[in-house]
Parts: sequence; C-alpha cells; structure tokens
Amino acid sequence: MPAPDSQLDLTFAALADPTRRAILARLAEGEATVNELVTPFNMSQPAISKHLKVLENAGLVSRGKDAQRRPVRIEAAPMAEAVGWLENYRRFWEHSYQRLDTLLDELQRFAPKGDKKN
Amino acid sequence: MMPPLTIALPSDREIAITRTFRAPVDLVFDCWTVPALIKRWLGFADWTFVTCEFDARVGGKWRFVTRSPAGYEMGSGGEVLEITRPDWIKTNELYDQDWTGGQTIVTNRLAEEGGVTTSVVTILYPTKEARDGARATPMADGMETGFKRLEELLAEMPAY
Repeated sequence: MPAPDSQLDLTFAALADPTRRAILARLAEGEATVNELVTPFNMSQPAISKHLKVLENAGLVSRGKDAQRRPVRIEAAPMAEAVGWLENYRRFWEHSYQRLDTLLDELQRFAPKGDKKN
Repeated sequence: MMPPLTIALPSDREIAITRTFRAPVDLVFDCWTVPALIKRWLGFADWTFVTCEFDARVGGKWRFVTRSPAGYEMGSGGEVLEITRPDWIKTNELYDQDWTGGQTIVTNRLAEEGGVTTSVVTILYPTKEARDGARATPMADGMETGFKRLEELLAEMPAY
C-alpha cells in the first residue's frame, strides 16, 4: 500500500489521460471485460490493457477473479480521496479569506482613518 | 454582505480567484507580504504554520510549512518575481509533494475602490492537465464525496 501522497500522485497521473478517464466513465456504468472495452474505444487489446494497468496501479480499477473473463471494475475509494482532496482546495481559499476578513477588521481598529497611505 | 469568492478560468492553464475585502489596499497588501500577518490567516482550518518566511522584494525567497491537526506537514516555497506596493505581487511556487505537476506562477492584483479592496489571485499551472485537476474543485463543491460523483466529475473533465 503506497503512502497517501504517492497514492494521490498515482491517481492524478492516471486521470491525466483522456482515454483513461473515458474508460473510467464507461466502468462507472458497470464492470466490463477487456474485450468489451476494445470495441467502443476502437483501440487494440494491448493498448487497452496498458491503460488498464495504469488504472489498476493507481488503485482506480480492479480485476475480477473469474479466470476467463477477469472483468474490470471501478474502485471508489482512491477516487473519493482525490475528489475530497480537491474540494479542500476551494475550502482552503474560503477559509483563509474568512480569517483574513477578521484580521483586516482587527488591524483597522488600530489604524486611524485617513492614515492609510504610507 | 460582500460578494462571495469567485473562481474563473481565464485561460487553459489558469485559475483566477477573486474576492473583495472591506479594507484599504495597503492593509491587504501587508497581510499578503508580512509573515507575522500571513500566518494569521492563510491555510486550511486548524492547520498551523511551522515555517512562514516571505522576503518581500524582487528575488526574495518565500517558504511556508503548515501542519495539520494530525501532524501531517505540507510545505511549499518559491521566489518573489515582481512586487509593487500596494497592488501587485508575482511569485513562483512549488509544493514539496509537487501535486501541481511542476512550478506554478501566482499573481495577486489588488485594487481599492471606496475603501473596498478587490484581490484577483491568478494561478498559472505548468499544463492544462495540472490546472484541470485543480479546476475540479469548484465543480465538486457542494456535492457529497463518494462514488456517485465519479461520473459527474469525469464528465466535467475535458475530453482532450
């Protein structure tokens, strides 16, 4: 199990590719075999398998145990972690700026009006 | 009631965060450039500064390290590229964990009108892909974290 940071790195690296995002969007509708992915994506089986390997290493998909079909399914946890982390980005600014409001109010109580230019 | 924070996408590689403050521009500038003031407001809720350095002159170095309540530390730093009191700050920034896929350029344009200062922080990412990672934030805002949102998130990510 990689450390949390490298897990996020793997997740973001895997999501950086449009084909892999499209594969995930397809898998969000339900599991599929490699062959079932080859047709809609108009790619060779090795090409699809290569993308799946990246997604699997990132923990975004897993392969079923059925030896014949080995269906690919989506794994929710790493994605949720990545999304949760991204949400923090906006929270970071909103929270910071609320505190900045408080600080500016406080500073202005000590600064006489009309003395704002240095 | 002041206008809320807004997030816009001026170009393929940029995010702009706009917010107004009921304060004169000099004061807002100070809050962005004086370490003793920066550490009072910048950061996630309940995170504390371990290191807060900002040498507010061209070529000056800056470094922030903040710590979460659980003890996780996040560091970033860079250089002041341009600085003009009281309305312009341009820095570069790199996170220790480099989650932005390289260095970002951060500018802050401040403008005062009638005692109200507007700050436009623009973050220029090294690639569109790096920007789009961060862009998902406002899209995701207000939605519950979880599997259900995966499709929506993927749909909002550009196909090319």
